[in-house]
Amino acid sequence: MTKEQIKDTILKIIAQIIPDEDLSNLKGDIPIREQVELDSMDFLDIIMELRKRYGIEVPEDDYIHLATLDSSVAYLEPRMREL
Amino acid sequence: MVTKKTNETRIVITGVGLTAPNGNNLAEFRKNLLAGKSGIQKFNIRYMGEVLAGICHFDPLKYQKKKELRRGTRAGSIAIYCAQEAIADTKLDLACFDKSRIGVYLGITEHGTVETENEIYEIKQFDYNVKYWSHHHNPRVVANNPAGEVTLNLEITGPHYTLGAACAGGNIGLTQGLQMLLLNEVDLALGGGVSESTGSFGIFAGFKSEGALASHPDPEKACRPFDKDRNGVVVSEGGCIFILERLGDALRRGAKIYSEIVGYSINSDATDFIFPSAERQVECMKLALNKAGISPEDIDIINTHGTGTIEGDPVECQAIREVFGEYPHAYINNTKSFIGHTMGAAGALELAGNLPSFEDYIVHPTINLDHLDPECPLNNLVINEPKRIDKVDYILNNSFGMLGINSVVIVKKFEE
Repeated sequence: MTKEQIKDTILKIIAQIIPDEDLSNLKGDIPIREQVELDSMDFLDIIMELRKRYGIEVPEDDYIHLATLDSSVAYLEPRMREL
Repeated sequence: MVTKKTNETRIVITGVGLTAPNGNNLAEFRKNLLAGKSGIQKFNIRYMGEVLAGICHFDPLKYQKKKELRRGTRAGSIAIYCAQEAIADTKLDLACFDKSRIGVYLGITEHGTVETENEIYEIKQFDYNVKYWSHHHNPRVVANNPAGEVTLNLEITGPHYTLGAACAGGNIGLTQGLQMLLLNEVDLALGGGVSESTGSFGIFAGFKSEGALASHPDPEKACRPFDKDRNGVVVSEGGCIFILERLGDALRRGAKIYSEIVGYSINSDATDFIFPSAERQVECMKLALNKAGISPEDIDIINTHGTGTIEGDPVECQAIREVFGEYPHAYINNTKSFIGHTMGAAGALELAGNLPSFEDYIVHPTINLDHLDPECPLNNLVINEPKRIDKVDYILNNSFGMLGINSVVIVKKFEE
């Protein structure tokens, strides 16, 4: 996957988890939870979807890397580039 | 001995919110009961294939966001719909009410079965690796879930819990609400019952294994209590929540009063896991009559519990004959014949379906009764067509469940 495809993938997962939110203006460099209503249980849904769909394990210590859209792409790119 | 009641110890029904397989509000439900319209349909469920079921067709997005639907349960969604509809029906502005004085008491037959089956199905795709088990499972399956979802949705901060009472749950949720009002624990009670049973293949499979799952080429004819050709239960989902208040409060705010709850009783067979006891059902009806301070001859309508099983229906008929045999005045009907067995919702939904009789003096029938089983003779059984009668002062509602739990509620036409 390219970085753009990874970004689209993350956005699709988030859209499934919080379907009432408008994600079209989500800023890449601002924490996602500051822009949309996404609580800790929703966040765990993102972790679960990455595990189910792509077999990617995100250790709890690394959750911080999924704070923004840009940092998520940067963190996941080495793990998803071969997908 | 019956203590003289005051406006603070008389409990009245001032609102109704419901969803049934044949109606999403009381007016629609009642219209279909009088028109003989069933809500049973063909339904596909995992592992079972095509079965017959009663499915509700309310719009869950009327009161919930998509995210809330994804996170919660079907029972929670049904409960929220019913609670919101009941609040709207009673014309109560919750913003002006102390929400810490509202209680939510919902009867359930079971809860968590659907969600657990879904999780096991999900992890099966991952060779049963439990790291794929959802973090949502626990809040979905705690027994208070349906009532708790109501409090989340309506921001009610008073007590909430469910009452596990098998198929007597609906009557018992109502009874619990009444009791909490009498104890002055709350000023407004949301009492009733809910069921999401049609989401569980295990419930269908369980009845099938017992030889008690109804089948019929025409789904609408599958639920046929007291008929010679009945062959079991039609599993249905549904919900019904009543707004209950002390009469004094209801009068002060000018609320519409559907009826007064004057009698209630709960007892146990203590005989068998499944098979009912006529003796204890008799006791339960007599207890409720005593509590109401009335005799069998005062009852005008009896809503039977009859589920359409070979074994269960004759037992209830025997019990009714024993209590009402000398007073063959009451008209008798059955609501499951239209909507199937809505499990935890059954007692509440079936009572709701009869409430309009206080105004229109019409008794809805039991449908699908083509050949009355000689084992089920009942005086004044209203068969296939509604019956207009001269007066309706009291309605008695039977609701019984597995493990031998019996419940009876008696409501009275409201008079100041």
